[in-house]
Amino acid sequence: MAIIASVALLITEHRSHRLDSLRATLSVLVDPLKYLVDLPTVLIEQTTESVRSYSTLKKENAQLRDEQFIDKTRLLKFESLEKENIRLRALLENSFKLGEQLLIAELLSINTAPYENIVVVNKGTRFGVHPQQPVLDANGVVGQVFRALPFSSEIMLITDPNHAIPVQVNRNGLLTIAVGSGQLNRLNLPFLPNNADIRPGDLLITSGLGGTFPSGYPVAIVDDFTPMSNKPFVNITATPKAMLDRNRELLIVWSDSSPVSLTTPLSEKPTESPPHDQPAGTGTVGNSLPAASGSARNTPAGINRDDKSAGSGLTHKTPVAEQADTDNDE
Amino acid sequence: MMNSYAGFGRIFLTIVMAMCLRITPWPGFLSGINPDWVLLALIYWAIAVPERVGIFHAWIIGLLTDVLTGRVFGQYALAYSLIIYLCLIMHKRLRQFPLPQQSLFIFSCLLFSQILLFWLKNIQHPTQLHASFWLPVFTGTFCWPLLYTALRRVRLSRRTK
Repeated sequence: MAIIASVALLITEHRSHRLDSLRATLSVLVDPLKYLVDLPTVLIEQTTESVRSYSTLKKENAQLRDEQFIDKTRLLKFESLEKENIRLRALLENSFKLGEQLLIAELLSINTAPYENIVVVNKGTRFGVHPQQPVLDANGVVGQVFRALPFSSEIMLITDPNHAIPVQVNRNGLLTIAVGSGQLNRLNLPFLPNNADIRPGDLLITSGLGGTFPSGYPVAIVDDFTPMSNKPFVNITATPKAMLDRNRELLIVWSDSSPVSLTTPLSEKPTESPPHDQPAGTGTVGNSLPAASGSARNTPAGINRDDKSAGSGLTHKTPVAEQADTDNDE
Repeated sequence: MMNSYAGFGRIFLTIVMAMCLRITPWPGFLSGINPDWVLLALIYWAIAVPERVGIFHAWIIGLLTDVLTGRVFGQYALAYSLIIYLCLIMHKRLRQFPLPQQSLFIFSCLLFSQILLFWLKNIQHPTQLHASFWLPVFTGTFCWPLLYTALRRVRLSRRTK
């Protein structure tokens, strides 16, 4: 009986996603254990936080303030660059993906599978986490949500042997795929020909192909390698930028993963600032969706939505569409 | 017998503790050799109180372990129910065995479970095998005498009440 039942379960799970709800229900029973096991780490962390001396805190504070100052100055430039980018893309009738919503999730220090690079974090479907969401940390891409349960979710790191991430070389835009090696400090780039223009120290960023990862996030840095002339492909390795074995805080990202089409800008357009809306609207009005063109003309609504529309483009599409309809009627 | 109702609490608690041990992060290389505590605890209870631990219990606990460790559904459920079936059949003989001989049996049980897990994993997608994949089998065998005495104490402490 038990054998038949388990085999049936194995087959159904392998073939379909019908058992996800059962897993979610059972996970409610089991998830408290994960938090229980994580408890000592949290407690130790809290005690060390609370017994930190005044001078250390002061030093850390000053350091953080400096860092923030530098980051802010960089962001000043970033803003103008972003606007320029939007303007240029509008000229090309290309849509620009803006605004990704982030959720900070904390790693639960538990070890579920010793030989797989899968970690568990403390945010689940209750926070709207869903499978295949990209996960980042402050330095780069960490992985993607593999399975979302109500109170926790499993994240497959980019170094998992079953994980591959589409990347491009930041220097020249060369596209390739980085495959996990199973070791936390190594990625493989197995699909590059021998004469590929890639050098040690090159930064690999996400290319945005495949739709899972938003483009432009740093992934890894190419290691030293020696081209072998007797083989068609070189086996290049790279070191992930993200601190896969050290960070406790991770960022789960919401981004509109619908494919970017060249002629129909998405409704994320309104997040542009008003002065640059005009060229965008006029440039695309002929062959774009009513939603996009309407919202581009309607600048006040665009500004109001600025903070909200980040990430959850889908939910905010409806008011935009209504706006557009009324515009067209007039 | 005195241990007709209250025994469940103890068994339940030890299983929960075993599950906690299963997912505890050990530093460095120790995490790779963390044995399957849940299976060891289940085997002990199946041998000690076979009227209390059945195949169905093993199956349910296996299912929970599947969820806990994020495996494909039914993987541990299958392994656990098969091994507990074996233990239930042989429990009278196993009780007579001295500890080293018992450990040998435990070794084969753990090995069987590990082979089964690897086989199921390989069906889903081809995987390469690390030599360290088999280490939990050995550590589990070495932990058995310890676990046996500990759980025996747990079981007998309530019987003396």
